Amino acid sequence: MTITLRPPASDIGHCAADSSSARSSEAAAVRRKLPIVAYLEALPLTLVFLLFFVVPIALVVVVSFFGYETYRILIPAFTLDNFRDVFSESVTYRTYLTTVKFCTVVWAITAILGFFIAYFLAFQLRSRVSQTVLLLVCSIPFWTSIVIRMIAWIPLLGRNGLVNRGLLGMGIVDGPQEWLLYSEFAVIIGYVHLYTLMMIVPIFNSMMRIDRGLVEAATDAGASTLQVLWTVILPLSKSGVAIGSIFVIAMVMGDFVTVDVLGGGQVASVGKQIATQLSYLQFPPAAANAIVLLLAVIAMIALLVSVVDIRKEL
Amino acid sequence: MHGAARPPIFYGLAVLFGLFVVFLYGPIATVVVLAFQGPEGGLVFPMNGVSLHWFAELFRPQSIGDIWGSFDRSIALGAIVMVATVLFSLLGGLAYRRRFPGATVLFYIVIASLVMPSVVVSLGIGAMFEMLGIERAWYSSALGAHLTWTLPFGLLIMLAVFNRFNPAYEEAARDLGAGGWQTVRYIVVPIIAPSLVGVALFGFTMSYDEIARTSQSVGALNTLPLELEAMQTNATTPVIYALGAMTTGLSLFVIGACLLGVMAVRRSRDRFGSDAGKAV
Repeated sequence: MTITLRPPASDIGHCAADSSSARSSEAAAVRRKLPIVAYLEALPLTLVFLLFFVVPIALVVVVSFFGYETYRILIPAFTLDNFRDVFSESVTYRTYLTTVKFCTVVWAITAILGFFIAYFLAFQLRSRVSQTVLLLVCSIPFWTSIVIRMIAWIPLLGRNGLVNRGLLGMGIVDGPQEWLLYSEFAVIIGYVHLYTLMMIVPIFNSMMRIDRGLVEAATDAGASTLQVLWTVILPLSKSGVAIGSIFVIAMVMGDFVTVDVLGGGQVASVGKQIATQLSYLQFPPAAANAIVLLLAVIAMIALLVSVVDIRKEL
Repeated sequence: MHGAARPPIFYGLAVLFGLFVVFLYGPIATVVVLAFQGPEGGLVFPMNGVSLHWFAELFRPQSIGDIWGSFDRSIALGAIVMVATVLFSLLGGLAYRRRFPGATVLFYIVIASLVMPSVVVSLGIGAMFEMLGIERAWYSSALGAHLTWTLPFGLLIMLAVFNRFNPAYEEAARDLGAGGWQTVRYIVVPIIAPSLVGVALFGFTMSYDEIARTSQSVGALNTLPLELEAMQTNATTPVIYALGAMTTGLSLFVIGACLLGVMAVRRSRDRFGSDAGKAV
């Protein structure tokens, strides 16, 4: 699985140009002359994204200016009331603060953990088979139910859960610790559990593209393992870290399921706030909130892209 | 390098990796173990006997919620999403082998869909159906929502596959008189079959487990993950663990079947494959 953030169409020209056979460049010319076939092939994909992504997102923008009443969900209008509400309520600032805190903490943990695990897989294992098997071990949970993976923390972190029993049994604490579950701590544990893989895979990918000769050269020149890690491997896997970070930030910023299950009503995030508004069918304020959230996510991603030029790195 | 002594950092990282695997699988394992609680057992340890009581409870009529209805819907939706994801990603991958105006815009839209917070997508689709006055349902709005999540993965895999695809095979087919459709059907698809299995795996399991994009787009009748989320807030018995163990088992079964399928294809190729081109 290779993830590139570059439009692939530009590669095709190279392929055709590289080929020495006259026939293949002729075939390529024929292919270029017939974009109609390409259009037909891209049509289902385009329709799905137009209908279920572009139009809905545009509607979120439109609806954020709508009015609403208790019994009428959507009233076409142009009002800034929804945005005024978003920015005038103190709860907004609290939820954004919590969400950004989650984002920062989870990003730091998953980036460090993901980097070292990817490094272990890419550079410390010596056979392809063990690399594949261990990467598979990491990714299998990704394909199982997110809700179950969150619910699974409840018998561990709960009041009578395994962790509390262990702590009590060892005499570390006097009574059951309440902050383990239905708390910000539990939500962070849940995020790290769910999203570390989102870091491991892109970092692993960019590490596998590093020329091993560079590592050898650094070692020959007297660099220690840690120096190689810090001065050679880390700079060269920045693009993987950046892509992983984009995934993790997008997931955490918009999440409401983990906050719901592991926060247990004690924790509020922006996503949760939007979901709550939607459960009361308050579409316009939810849309205004979503637009603010979207701008925040775009700002964070833009910041990330400006620190690391992804297109140049790939 | 082989046989050289491992640097000390290797052992530290091996321990870290081991702990990470325990962290990854430990909670799921706990749920599976607790699903076998005795009939008197509770939601946490200790085990109060061992039984299949809670699995049997799942099959009793309406113990809690609409488990089997939501299960059927999730399976059906997963199957539709899987077929559509494989088909549309393959077609999209083929399209991106040529230059076509708008290719770059479409590519960035696909990437945007991948990183867009799910709650926004979900809200948008919900609002669209609300405005059009169409009832939201798992086979319409939720199907669309799932495709915005599975197709980016499918397309990215296909792009990676076709980046490495050797066009000489197609040229050979054309030289032998194969038409465009024949080339795709008998040459391209068999060669990339293992990747298509991979896309199918992504499509089905990601749809079957999806919750964030489904939540506002599913309408009145829930899918299984949403049913589970609703159940867990007032669950008082280990029946929810039995359901969790069952659905995890199903996911693992699908993953295993796909891996075995890919391995079987590889093995039969090794055995029956021609050696043409090996000398080049």
